[in-house]
Amino acid sequence: MTQYIVRRSLQAIPLLFIISVILFLLMSNMGDPLATLGGRQPPRGADRQRLERQMGLDQPIYLQYVYWLVGNDWRKVDTNGDGEPDTNGTRRGILRGDWGTSLVTRRPVLEMIWERLPNTLLLMGTVEVLVILIALGIGIYSALRQYSAADNVMTAFAFIGYSMPIFWAALMLMYIFAVNFKRWGLPYFPTVGMYDPAVGKTASQVIWHMVLPVISLSITYVAVYSRHIRASMLEVINQDYIRTARSKGLSNRSILWGHALKNASLSLVTLIGLDLPLLLAGAVVTERIFAWPGMGRLFLDHVERVDVPVLMGILMLVSVAVVVFQLLTDIVYTWLDPRIRYH
Amino acid sequence: MTGFVTDSKTQSVLQFPAEDAQGGAVLTPGRLAWRRFRRHRMAVAGTLIMAALLLYVIGGSFVWSESYANRTETGNRLAAPTLEHPFGTDAVGRDVLARTVYGGQISLLIGVSAVLVSLTFGVLVGALSGYYGGIIDSVLMRFTEAMFSIPSLFLLIVMSKFFGGRVPSFDVFGRTLSGSVIVIVGVIGLTSWMYLARLVRANFLSLKQRDFVLAAECLGVRNRDVIVRHILPNSLAPIIVAATLGVAGAILSEAYVSFLGLGVQPPTASWGNMLENAYNYLESAPWLWFFPGLFTVLTVLSINFIGDGLRDALDPRTLR
Repeated sequence: MTQYIVRRSLQAIPLLFIISVILFLLMSNMGDPLATLGGRQPPRGADRQRLERQMGLDQPIYLQYVYWLVGNDWRKVDTNGDGEPDTNGTRRGILRGDWGTSLVTRRPVLEMIWERLPNTLLLMGTVEVLVILIALGIGIYSALRQYSAADNVMTAFAFIGYSMPIFWAALMLMYIFAVNFKRWGLPYFPTVGMYDPAVGKTASQVIWHMVLPVISLSITYVAVYSRHIRASMLEVINQDYIRTARSKGLSNRSILWGHALKNASLSLVTLIGLDLPLLLAGAVVTERIFAWPGMGRLFLDHVERVDVPVLMGILMLVSVAVVVFQLLTDIVYTWLDPRIRYH
Repeated sequence: MTGFVTDSKTQSVLQFPAEDAQGGAVLTPGRLAWRRFRRHRMAVAGTLIMAALLLYVIGGSFVWSESYANRTETGNRLAAPTLEHPFGTDAVGRDVLARTVYGGQISLLIGVSAVLVSLTFGVLVGALSGYYGGIIDSVLMRFTEAMFSIPSLFLLIVMSKFFGGRVPSFDVFGRTLSGSVIVIVGVIGLTSWMYLARLVRANFLSLKQRDFVLAAECLGVRNRDVIVRHILPNSLAPIIVAATLGVAGAILSEAYVSFLGLGVQPPTASWGNMLENAYNYLESAPWLWFFPGLFTVLTVLSINFIGDGLRDALDPRTLR
C-alpha cells in the first residue's frame, strides 16, 4: 500500500507539470495584461515598453514560465526598464513557495487567494454537506421503493434539475424568493453579497445571505448524487449477501446501514472525490450572480484583466487538489471494499 | 460533474431475444433497438419535445426574418409581453420571441458541431492509445489526464479568451454569423473529448483481444483498417450514447460561457448570450431571462431523455 501511494505521488509530478505548461501557454495568449493598467488610456510607446520590461512580459514565453516555476533570483533582470538587465530578480518561483504577485493589485497571489478561500469553502462546504444528506435520503428511499409514485416523481425532478443551467435556477429563485416575496410583503431573501454592510458581518447575516446561493447550487448536485446512490443501492440490495443477512434474521435497519449502504457508498465516494477539490475553485457563475466574494469571482475578475499569476495560482491549487483527492479516493476504496487491492 | 445515472432493466445475457415474442420474423439488432427505444416512455417524450423545438427554431425563421430579430426599436425598450411581442422586448427594443428562434438555431448548431469536434478528438485519441498501447498510450493518456484535472468551466473560460476575437464572421445557410460561434464550437469540443477518449480506449482494449481482430490481423489487414472497419463499428453503441448526452452538455456549456459574456458575441443571438446581463433586469423585465432559459432547459432535458432511451435501446443486456 505504501509503495502504491509513493508511486502514485511520483506519477503526479509529471502530470502537474503538463497541466501547468498547458495552462501557462493558454493564459499567456489570452490578451493584453497592460491594457487596463493605465486607467482609461492603455499605456503606449515608451511607457508601455518600460512596463513590459519591468514586469518581465518582454521575455520569451518559456523564460516567463521558468521564472514562474523556479523564480528569477539566479539571473539579472531589468528593473528600471531601460532594456539592460541590472539587478538580480526577487521572485522565488512556485516550487519554492512564491506564488508571484498580481499584475493588477501588485499584492502577493497567495494572500489574495487566502482572503477568498474561507468564503468559498463556507459556501461550497455547506452545499456539499447538504447535498450528501438530501441525496442519501432521496437515493435510498427511491431504491427501496423502486417505480413507486414517489420514485417516479423524484426521477422526473432529478432529470429537470440536471438539465437546468445553475444560473437560470438562481434567477428563478431570486425572482420568487427575493423579488416577489418582497412585493407580497413576506420576509424575503437577500440576493447580493455576504452580509448587509449596514448590519455588519454577523453569523445570522451570512447564513441569511447564503440561503439562495446554496439552494441554487444544490439542485444540480442533488439530482446527480441521488441518481448515483439510487443506482448503486439497487445493485447492492439484490446481492446474495443481503439475502443472507435477511435470512439470518437481521432487522431491515441494520441490513440497510451495516451491509447495503457501506457497499453502495463506493460510487458516492467517487463522486465526492471528484467534487471536493472543485469546491476550492468555488462556483464561478453562482458567485457572480449573487456577488459572493469567493474564488470563482476572483478568477472571473482577473480573467478579464489577464492577470496570469493569480489565475495560475487558483488553477494550480485546484489541480493539485484534484490529483490529491484522486489518490485519497483510491485509498478509501480499499477500506470500503477490502476486495480492492493495489500493487 | 460526472455522468447521470438511470437504471436499465437488465436481464441475463443468456436469454438472447433474437426472435419475436409472437413467433414472427427474426429481428435485426437495429430493429430490436428501435423497438426498445419506442417503448421507453421518456425517450419518446424527449423525441417529441425535440421535434417541437426544431419546428419552432426552423419554422419560426420563415415567420420572422433575421433582420427583424436584430432590429432595434429604442422607443419600445423592455416592453412587457404584448400581442405584437409575445415574449416582450429587450434592453434595445429587439423582439425576444424572434431572437429565441434565431438564438435557438445557434445553440443547437453549437451543441451538435461541438460534439462532432469532441468526437473526432476523443475517438482518435482513444483509438490510437487503445489499439497501439505502449508509449503512444502513456503519452496520450497523461495528456488526457492532465486535461481532465483542470476544472472544465475554468478551462472553457481560459480557452475562449485565448481564441476569442480571432475568427472573422462567416456565412452559413444564408445567415451571417459572428466568428465567435466557430470559436465556441472549437473550445467546447476541445474541452469535452476526454471522457470519450477514455471510453473508446477501454472498448478498444477489450476488443483487440478478440478473435475476429486477431483473424483480421493474421490476414494482413492494415492497422488503419483494423481500427476503422473492425474495432470501431463494434464500439459504436456506447459512443452514440455518449455523443447524444454530449450534445446536452455542450448546449449547457455554451449557455454558461455566453452567460459570462465570453461566448457568442452579438448581434448573433444564442440562448446563452440572451441571458447575459439579463439578471440586471431580474425585477424589471423577467421575460428577458425566463424564455431563453426555459428553451435551454427543455432542449437539454429532451436530449437527456433521448440519450437515456438510446442507452437502454442499444445495450444488448436490456429487456426487450
